[in-house]
Amino acid sequence: MGVEGIGARVARKEDRRFITGAGRYVDDMVVPGMKHAAFVRSPYAHADIKKIDVKAAEAMPGVIGVLTGKQLKGDGIGNLICGWMIHSKDGSPMKMGAWSPLAVDRVRYVGDAVAIVVAETKGQARDAAEAVEVVYKEKKAVTDAVQALKKGAPQLHPEAENNLIFDWEIGDAKATDEAIAKAAHVTKVHIVNNRLIPNAMEPRAALGHYNKAEDHYTCWTTSQNPHVARLVMSAFYNVAPENKLRVIAPDVGGGFGSKIYIYPEEIVCLWASKRTGVPVKWVADRTESFLTDAHGRDHVSEVQLALDKNNKVIGLKVDTIANLGAYMSLFSSSVPTYLYATLLSGQYDIPAIHANVRTVYTNTAPVDAYRGAGRPEACYLIERTMETAARELGMSPAEFRRINFITQFPHQTPVIMNYDTGDFGASLNAAMKEADYAGFPKRREAAKKRGKLRGIGFSCYIEACGIAPSKAVGSLGAGVGLWESAEVRVNAVGTIEVLTGSHSHGQGHETTFAQLVNQRLGVPIDSVSIVHGDTDKVQMGMGTYGSRSGAVGMSAISKALDKVEAKAKKIAAHLMEADEADIVIENGELKVAGTDKSLPWFQVALASYTAHNLPDGMEPGLKETAFYDPSNFTFPAGCYICEVEIDPDTGVTEIVQFVAADDFGNIINPMIVEGQVHGGVAQGIGQALLEGCRYDADSGQLVTASYMDYTMPRADDLPSFKVSTSNTPCPGNPLGMKGCGEAGAIGSPPAVMNAITDAIGDNDLTMPATPLKVWASLKAMTRH
Amino acid sequence: MSDVSLVVNGRKVSGTVEDRTLLVHFLRENLELTGTHVGCDTSQCGACVVHVDGKAVKSCTMLAVQASGSEVTTIEGLANGADLHPVQVAFKENHGLQCGFCTPGMIMTTVDMITRHPEGLDETTVRHELEGNICRCTGYHNIVKSVLAASKTMAKGSKGKAKKAA
Repeated sequence: MGVEGIGARVARKEDRRFITGAGRYVDDMVVPGMKHAAFVRSPYAHADIKKIDVKAAEAMPGVIGVLTGKQLKGDGIGNLICGWMIHSKDGSPMKMGAWSPLAVDRVRYVGDAVAIVVAETKGQARDAAEAVEVVYKEKKAVTDAVQALKKGAPQLHPEAENNLIFDWEIGDAKATDEAIAKAAHVTKVHIVNNRLIPNAMEPRAALGHYNKAEDHYTCWTTSQNPHVARLVMSAFYNVAPENKLRVIAPDVGGGFGSKIYIYPEEIVCLWASKRTGVPVKWVADRTESFLTDAHGRDHVSEVQLALDKNNKVIGLKVDTIANLGAYMSLFSSSVPTYLYATLLSGQYDIPAIHANVRTVYTNTAPVDAYRGAGRPEACYLIERTMETAARELGMSPAEFRRINFITQFPHQTPVIMNYDTGDFGASLNAAMKEADYAGFPKRREAAKKRGKLRGIGFSCYIEACGIAPSKAVGSLGAGVGLWESAEVRVNAVGTIEVLTGSHSHGQGHETTFAQLVNQRLGVPIDSVSIVHGDTDKVQMGMGTYGSRSGAVGMSAISKALDKVEAKAKKIAAHLMEADEADIVIENGELKVAGTDKSLPWFQVALASYTAHNLPDGMEPGLKETAFYDPSNFTFPAGCYICEVEIDPDTGVTEIVQFVAADDFGNIINPMIVEGQVHGGVAQGIGQALLEGCRYDADSGQLVTASYMDYTMPRADDLPSFKVSTSNTPCPGNPLGMKGCGEAGAIGSPPAVMNAITDAIGDNDLTMPATPLKVWASLKAMTRH
Repeated sequence: MSDVSLVVNGRKVSGTVEDRTLLVHFLRENLELTGTHVGCDTSQCGACVVHVDGKAVKSCTMLAVQASGSEVTTIEGLANGADLHPVQVAFKENHGLQCGFCTPGMIMTTVDMITRHPEGLDETTVRHELEGNICRCTGYHNIVKSVLAASKTMAKGSKGKAKKAA
C-alpha cells in the first residue's frame, strides 16, 4: 500500500475549500440579471382549486412575473413521472396519478406547488406569493396508508381505486404457507417502520437560466445525478431538448437519497426563466424542505416466521402496506418492492419466503428512497423478528442467528438475490468481542443497582449495493440502465483529469477516486483532478445513490485506466525498444522489467501528444473512456450491537455503547469508510430514538415541519462509535468493493430497538422510542 | 431602509439594507461572503454561526442593523492568509466534515467553545456545547474528535497561533 494508494488513510483533498468557506453550493451561485422565486403552496392536504387570482401579486413591488399551472400546461410542460414500472400480481400496471409541476385543479398534500412568483429580491417574491389569491374547496384528507385503503376513504387519483397503486408479490406463497402449516413454532410480529424526513443540511435549490441568444438552458441544481435530471427533464417534461440543456450540480450539501429525484421546482424555474426572460433562483427554506422533500420509509407489516423443532427457520411470510404519499416520485415504486422484499432473507438460509406489498396514495409528501431505501425496512423487519423468535424460544439471540446463517456462497435466496460472498459469523464474532458481550450480565446487574434498566440488542444486516446490472433491472421494470461511465484524460505534462458520472455530495470522491489513479499509475493525488456534476463536461452518467460510486463508478474508472495503461505501455515499449509485455508501471515510471530502462510517466504522456515517435498506426493522445455495467449486486453485511441504559423514572434512553462490525469488501480509504458508517449509524439511531414524521390525521397538516418539532440527532444524543471491518472481497467487480454508504442506516435501527425491548421487556414498542413512549410502556406493564 | 456600517474580517464595510435584512443575508448577498450558510428558519442548525465582537452568534438570529458598529468574523476570515486556523486543520486531519455545509458553523462554534474553555475540554462537554449545531453526515463522531484535537493544539501552541496548513 502506497501512502496515497488504495487502503491509505489520506486526508481529503476537497476539505480545504469547505473549511475556508469557499465551497460553492447552488445558493452561492450568482448569474448576471438573476432574480428570485417563491412558490405559492397549498395550505390544505386535499382541495379543489376553484380560482387563482394573481392580479394583486403582480402589482406588488419588485414583481417580475406570477405564473400558474395553466400557463405551464399551455406551454406543454409534462407531468412528473415514476421511472420504475411495477405490475400488480394480476398483471395490471401500477396506477400512476397525474402530477403536474404546478397543480392545476386539485392539490393533494400540504406544500403542493400552485404558482411561482419571480421578483427582484427573495423578500419581495415571498411577500407577493402571500398576495396570490387561491380559492380552494377543501376535501377530506387521509394521511395513513392503512386508513387510505379502507372503503369510504378519501380518493386521491381517479386512476387508483381505493388509493391502491399496486398489489405486488414475490416468492412462493404455497411453499411458505406449507412451511407455516408444518412449523413447530411460528413467531408473529407486527412491524411499523416510521416515516422519516431526510434533512440534508443544504436545503434543495434550483437556478434556471434561459439564454435567448443561444436558445439554451442551464440549470444549477442540488442533485445527486445531474445527467439523469437532464434526461428526464428533456424526455418527459419537455423543458428543453437534451442538447440545449446543461445541468450542473456543484457542491451539494448532503443528499441521502432526497436529491436523486427531479422535483417540480427545477422544472418550473427553467420554464419560468424562459417565460420571464430572467435567470430564476429558488432556494427552499427548511419548512419547505420538510413539506416537499421526498420522505422515507413508512411501512406497516405483518410477519410470520416459521421454525422447525431444531429452531431452524423454514419459512417467512410478510404482508406490507407502504405509503407512497400523494404522487409517485421518480423511483418510489422500486423502494418497497425490489429494493425491499429481495432482502427479506437477511443473513439466513430460509427455504421459503413470500412477501405481498400494497402501495398506497395518501395526502402526504411523496415517499421515495432515503438512505438505504427499502433495505432498512427489510433489515428492521427480519432482525426484529429474529430477535423476537429467539426470545420466544428462550435461545441466545446470537446463537439463534448463528444456527440459521448462510455459510456457503454463492447462495441463491428465494427472493431473487444471489449472495456472492460473505462471512456472517466473522462479523458476529468481531462485534461480540468488541462489545464484551460476555460481560453484559454483570453490567446489567450493576445498572440495576443504580436503578437503571440495561439492555443489549443485535442486528445482523445484509444489503444490496452497486445498483445494478442494467439488463436485470430492466427486466424488473427500471426505465434506465444502471451502469456508470468514466473518462481518464492524461494531459501532456502527465497530470490527470478523471471525469465521472458519479456525484460527490459528502462522500469524498475527489480523494478516493484520485487514490485509485495513484495506485495504478503512481501519479500523486494532487496531480489528479476529479471532474463531476456538469453535463457539459462529463459524458452521460447515472449518479450517486445506493452506495454505487465505489462498486460501479470506480469500476468504470478502473476500466478506463486499463485502457490508458495499455496504450501507455505500447508507447513506452516503442520508445524503449522493448517488448510491450515486459513493461511495468511502478512509482510513476514505466519500466522494462528486469532491466534498468525506464521512462517517467510524464514523458510517455508527452510523447503521446507530440506524436513524433509513436508506433505505426497509433492515434495521438492519451485519453480513454469506459462504461461499466455490473454483473451482480454487491452485498455488504455486518453485525451491529447496541447497548442501552434506560432511566425508568423518565423513560430516557442512553446509548452506552454502539459496535459496528462491517464487511465492505476492499476499502479505498478507511478514514472515509468509517465516516460513512458513523453518519449512517447516527441516522439509524435517529430513526430508532428521535425522528418521527407526523401528519395530523384530520387536517393532513405536517406537524413536524421544523427543527423545533422534528428531532434531529444532536451531538449529545449520541455516543462515539466502535467501528471495525473484517472484509471478504467482492468477486463481482474489478476492485472487490461492496459499498459502505448506507450500511449504518440499515443495520442500526433494529439493534437499538432490540436493546430497548430487551431492557424494558415490551416487545411491541415502536420507533421512535421517545422517552414518553418508553415511560408509558413501563407504566403500562407495571399496572398489568 | 437602514444604513449599516461594520468591520467584517478586518475590513470596513457599509451598505443600505431593508430593515428586515438578517446579518446572514447581508454577509452572503451584499458582501458575497457565501461561506456562512442558511440551513433552517428557526435558529436551530447553526450553519450560520459567525463571531460578533468575539462571540459566536447565529447570524440568522440577528438583524444586519443590530450588527452595525460591530466587528464580525466569518469562516472566510478565520485563516491567517494561507495558514489555516488550528480548528480548520483539526477538522481536516480528523475527517470532521463530509458534505461541508454545516462545517463553517461548526468551526466558528468550535473556536468560540475552545476560547471559553481555556482549562480544556472533555467529550461530554464538547457534545453538550455542540447542541446548537446540526450535522447530518458525520454522526458527530469525528467532529467531537476534531474539537478535542484542536483544543489540545491550541493549548500547546502559544494560545491559538495559526499553524501551517496541512
